[in-house]
Amino acid sequence: MRDVAIVAFAQTRHTDRDTGLTEPELIQPVIDEIKERTGLRRFGFTCSGSCDYLAGAPFSFVSALDALAAWPPISESHVEMDGAWALYEAWVRLQHGDIDSALVYGFGKSSLGDLATIMTLQLDPYYLAPLGLDQLSYAALQANAVGADRAELDEIIRRGRVDGRRNPYALDLPDPEGEDVAVRPLRKTDLPPVTDGAAAIVLATGDLASRLNPRPAYIRGIAHRTEPHYLGMRDLARSASAADAARAAGVGKGPVEVAELHARFPHEEVILREALGLPGDTVINPSGGPQAADPVMATGLIRIGEAARRIHDGAARRTVGHAAGGPCLQQNLVTVLEG
Amino acid sequence: MPSDPLVARHVLEFPGGYTRTTGPVIGRFLSELRARRIVGVRTKEGKVLVPPLEYDPMTGEPVTGEFVEVGPAGTVTTWAFVPEPRPGHPLDRPFAWALIRLDGADTALVHAVDASDPTKVRAGMRVWPVWNDRPTGHITDIACFVPEVTEIVADVRTEYRLQAGGALRVFLRGVERGVLLGGRCDTCAKVYVPYRLTCPECGSAIPETLELPDTGTITTFAVNNLPDPRAPEVPFVSAYILLDGSDIPMIALIGDVPAHEVRQGMRVKAVWVPEHERTASMANIRWFAPTGEPDVEQP
Repeated sequence: MRDVAIVAFAQTRHTDRDTGLTEPELIQPVIDEIKERTGLRRFGFTCSGSCDYLAGAPFSFVSALDALAAWPPISESHVEMDGAWALYEAWVRLQHGDIDSALVYGFGKSSLGDLATIMTLQLDPYYLAPLGLDQLSYAALQANAVGADRAELDEIIRRGRVDGRRNPYALDLPDPEGEDVAVRPLRKTDLPPVTDGAAAIVLATGDLASRLNPRPAYIRGIAHRTEPHYLGMRDLARSASAADAARAAGVGKGPVEVAELHARFPHEEVILREALGLPGDTVINPSGGPQAADPVMATGLIRIGEAARRIHDGAARRTVGHAAGGPCLQQNLVTVLEG
Repeated sequence: MPSDPLVARHVLEFPGGYTRTTGPVIGRFLSELRARRIVGVRTKEGKVLVPPLEYDPMTGEPVTGEFVEVGPAGTVTTWAFVPEPRPGHPLDRPFAWALIRLDGADTALVHAVDASDPTKVRAGMRVWPVWNDRPTGHITDIACFVPEVTEIVADVRTEYRLQAGGALRVFLRGVERGVLLGGRCDTCAKVYVPYRLTCPECGSAIPETLELPDTGTITTFAVNNLPDPRAPEVPFVSAYILLDGSDIPMIALIGDVPAHEVRQGMRVKAVWVPEHERTASMANIRWFAPTGEPDVEQP
């Protein structure tokens, strides 16, 4: 395996509403910032993660290339998933050995439509989507299966919002108040905020990594696993795929100082902490996590970026970034980073 | 939509819907649904997948092609309650989503349970499907699931003609003239009211009536929050009242006082309806009201 490191991470100052910018206009400043910080104008490979249904425009990810300066033609790919999976593809591409840098980005404007309805479209079209099963409903099914202590969930939400207010890129949300039910047992305050935003990461190998960043965050393990899509064919109270991915990525081979988890609902954090086997002293989501900013399709990539940032700024030596996709944590990607 | 010309409505839609082929496994399941049967498919390991898939999600092996009828009843394994349904949900009133393990299946089906509030759903509850009137081969051919029948409501009503004869007739004739009649057992030295022909303790006859005052003391009481024809406004208080000179309390309503001020030992007096409205009925006494006298310590 070639050593691949995250050498730069940039994100938008996420917004809780549509500012009217197009997707390329949303991405461009982030791409410009990361080019400026690395000094790179061209990359060996470029990969993005997004979802055309968010803007309701087929091939909107192609238009987004306008933000990149894609001429003369660049080597480029896209995943219709969170940008974290674009990072995985770029990591695989770098293992080929013929290139030494990659640009990865993810973006999403969840403000344009009704996210709960849009997320229904990702479900099995025969058995689930015709029922109108929406993302709050299936998350609530999982929350009930977990049966976590309400006080623990409240503390997760409160901590996420406090940390989010300290994070200049996340939203400023007040401490949660009220017990209004969204879909029981989920409360309205359990829902991640509607967020527009984007993020980008630069990967580099070998000498280039240490030239671009004095403290590169090396990817020591990266793995993703999936489990059955249909909710009735798995145990919703735990995440076998997250546990498998964590094992394959080697999370337990050393201490984990910081873990950034793609937990959009508080009970998901409970499931993931157990699945990843995180010790009690691991700091979870110091950025505020998805509870403080959830730019869908960038949220997972931001987790990896935030985990890398702790190493870039010298705050930690070993961190974990996690991303999830699909209903009820169906897919999980775990990245172990070391300084 | 806003009148701002720089804001537009954008609809993404496949007019008439998007046609999908089902393949043999899902197609069989949906065809069976149209015939109001629920089937699963057996995997090579012998498990029954409901709804059926072409491949065993645990092993990736193709399934066997053996279809097994399951249910129609099943058991809820987990659930979530929707207080405000969205357009497109199976029911347009509050309901629960549930994972339902149908009898004979090894996996759970996701569907709706018709339950009006969250206290009516729980893991482990038994549910049965309600079929659509016109099944078309769609997962919504099952309109929803409903709880298994565990109770029924049985109507009970029969009518009687009651006649006050004997002692009750004597008592009510007294009430008609505004008098409460009791009787004294000479053997036991106890005064009973309403009047009765014999002593319930020793069985001796009580030949004479005894006029009792319409004042007394509350010995115990209950605050009632369910309306009653005699006391349409709630809360109301019904109390045991020991009439002065009697040994057995009688039950009556308490009025002209807030429920929370009623207490044991409180002195009360009957409030009679006006004389021209009186009949041979306890309705003559509207209720008992406090007299304002000091409470009796041990009534």
